[in-house]
Amino acid sequence: MSESDPSGAPAADTAIAPAAGSTDAGEFAIRVRDLCNAFGTHVVHENLDLDVRRGEILGVVGGSGTGKSVLMRAIIGLQIPESGSIEVLGQSITEARVDADISIRSRWGVLFQGGALFSTLSVGENVEVPLREFYPDIGDDLLSEIARYKVLLTGLSDEAGAKFPSELSGGMRKRAGLARALALDPELLFLDEPTAGLDPIGAAAFDQLILGLQHTLGLTVFLITHDLDTLHEICDRVAVIADKRVIAVGTIPELLALDHPWIQEYFSGPRGRAAMAAHVADHGMADTAVSAERA
Amino acid sequence: MTQVPDFTLIPGETGDTLVFTGAMLVSTLGPLDRRLRTITTPIAHIDLAGITGIDTVGAWICCRISQETGATIVHADDAATRLIEALRQVDADSPMQAPSRLPVWLRVPDKVGEAVIGMAFGSVAVLSFVGQMILAAGGLLLHPARFRYRALVHQMELVGVNSLAIIGLMSFLVGIVIAQQGAEQLRQFGAEIYTVNLVGRISMRELGILMTAIMVAGRSGSAFAAEIGTMKLTEEVDAMRTIGVAPMEVLVLPRVMATVLMMPLLGVYAAVVAIIGGAFLSQFALGIPFFSFLLRIREVVPIHDVWVAVVKGPVFGLIVALAGCYQGMQVRDNSEEVGKRTTAAVVLAIFTVIVLDAFFAVFFTEINWG
Repeated sequence: MSESDPSGAPAADTAIAPAAGSTDAGEFAIRVRDLCNAFGTHVVHENLDLDVRRGEILGVVGGSGTGKSVLMRAIIGLQIPESGSIEVLGQSITEARVDADISIRSRWGVLFQGGALFSTLSVGENVEVPLREFYPDIGDDLLSEIARYKVLLTGLSDEAGAKFPSELSGGMRKRAGLARALALDPELLFLDEPTAGLDPIGAAAFDQLILGLQHTLGLTVFLITHDLDTLHEICDRVAVIADKRVIAVGTIPELLALDHPWIQEYFSGPRGRAAMAAHVADHGMADTAVSAERA
Repeated sequence: MTQVPDFTLIPGETGDTLVFTGAMLVSTLGPLDRRLRTITTPIAHIDLAGITGIDTVGAWICCRISQETGATIVHADDAATRLIEALRQVDADSPMQAPSRLPVWLRVPDKVGEAVIGMAFGSVAVLSFVGQMILAAGGLLLHPARFRYRALVHQMELVGVNSLAIIGLMSFLVGIVIAQQGAEQLRQFGAEIYTVNLVGRISMRELGILMTAIMVAGRSGSAFAAEIGTMKLTEEVDAMRTIGVAPMEVLVLPRVMATVLMMPLLGVYAAVVAIIGGAFLSQFALGIPFFSFLLRIREVVPIHDVWVAVVKGPVFGLIVALAGCYQGMQVRDNSEEVGKRTTAAVVLAIFTVIVLDAFFAVFFTEINWG
């Protein structure tokens, strides 16, 4: 364990009162500087900067093919960038030469778009995999208990825990993937389109689940989504990727105040207006104003 | 450094008080949990005043003990309370159902039974697969415009042209080995010249086509199974069906036809290269000149040996391609299945080819093509 490893409790506290005034490096869970990503001659990112504060839910939006997933893959060390630096929880990802250098892996959890569950293992066993890998001294009893409560926490039933991924629906697979991502009690959670392909009720429940987990566990969440309801409902801030970089980060009201055509179209298009109206109807204008103030 | 968590039991009137200290985190709790499970005395309170940190695993352990013994949790800070509350909804009594896996003594008869039933249904399924393929081929005869020439040519390239180098090398070496070993034995009664007969006939009739079939099964049969199997997993095959494209026409027929067409060509090619290998060795090791060897081949290898190879080729090709495509189409559920089915395709193809080769040997001798 690195010395900068904080215990769970302080991290949980930051979740309750995010965005306090301090600006020291410890405030940020992820710092990306001058990131350039390219596939051959196709440049995806150019001088991209992004900061994710500890304890916040950051939504990442952008048109299809703007490199949202590539950014996530770069941050978690799956995509080697052309240049630039990435720091996660105080550890440099870009300077790590071999996979083993990234000891930080036990402190983050990743939910891939399709769930990416190991297809030959049951859901429960999928959750046990990271636990076995990092903490071999955990006994079998405790291991299966942990797997079970993680599965139940994500809203799956006991029966689902014994099933194989091929026997699950798309939504259940996402929940199972989330259970595996949460297996190690990570401080940082990466979610790639968690609500895509879910029915509206399921998607809303998933939003609440993430919000609830974030409050209880004090997570920092890096959330790629196209779901406007999710953005309004649970994101503290939203980062917009366009023109190969992050063009703006802020609360939705702040983003709307910017006069960028893509942002305007994204949030003020028919779907954006509907999501906004629903959010205002649910929480009243006050809440929107508060979230603007908080940032 | 994180503090190693520990606990002490303080006896009280209504029961013991379990006092935790240190960081109760997933990274540190493994050994502690084992010791906690050995506690048998009743516990009335769980004291969390001395802990320096807690995560869901720590909270779960408190929660579990509290549920099992009815103990109350005291002196928990905000974070701990919140975590424990979130976990209270989880019932500690019922353990998670493991996927039903049989004990070892039942697993053996289970596997045997599964294999027998699998074989019975498998043969029916193979027949129905062949039937579907014949129907698809018949449909193409009626509508030749639907035929995928491009796919056929592409597969012929993959199966045939791309394997020329490896099959050539293999056959050349096999030819050398036969000539060398054969000459060694024949020399004992001064019949070294019969090395030509040995190499020529065995290459043309048996080894050329048999080795080619084995190589194609390993190269292309496995590729068919893995390709089609992966497409099944990613629902590409289903997608084709819904668009109205028959997988039989697009995936199976071009592969089967390409292999049927290429196998006799590859087989004869392999035989010829093996003979050249034999001639090459004879030149250097036996003193039979290279071209004398080749001329002698024309005299000792009857033309029906070539027909034997040409008849066996398409049959072996059909078996190899069918095994690959059939096993590929049977893939479902998970990635392990792709591996299993690919193995099955190669094993089935090679086994069937060798069995059939034995039948062919007897058959051709019976019709005086010996």
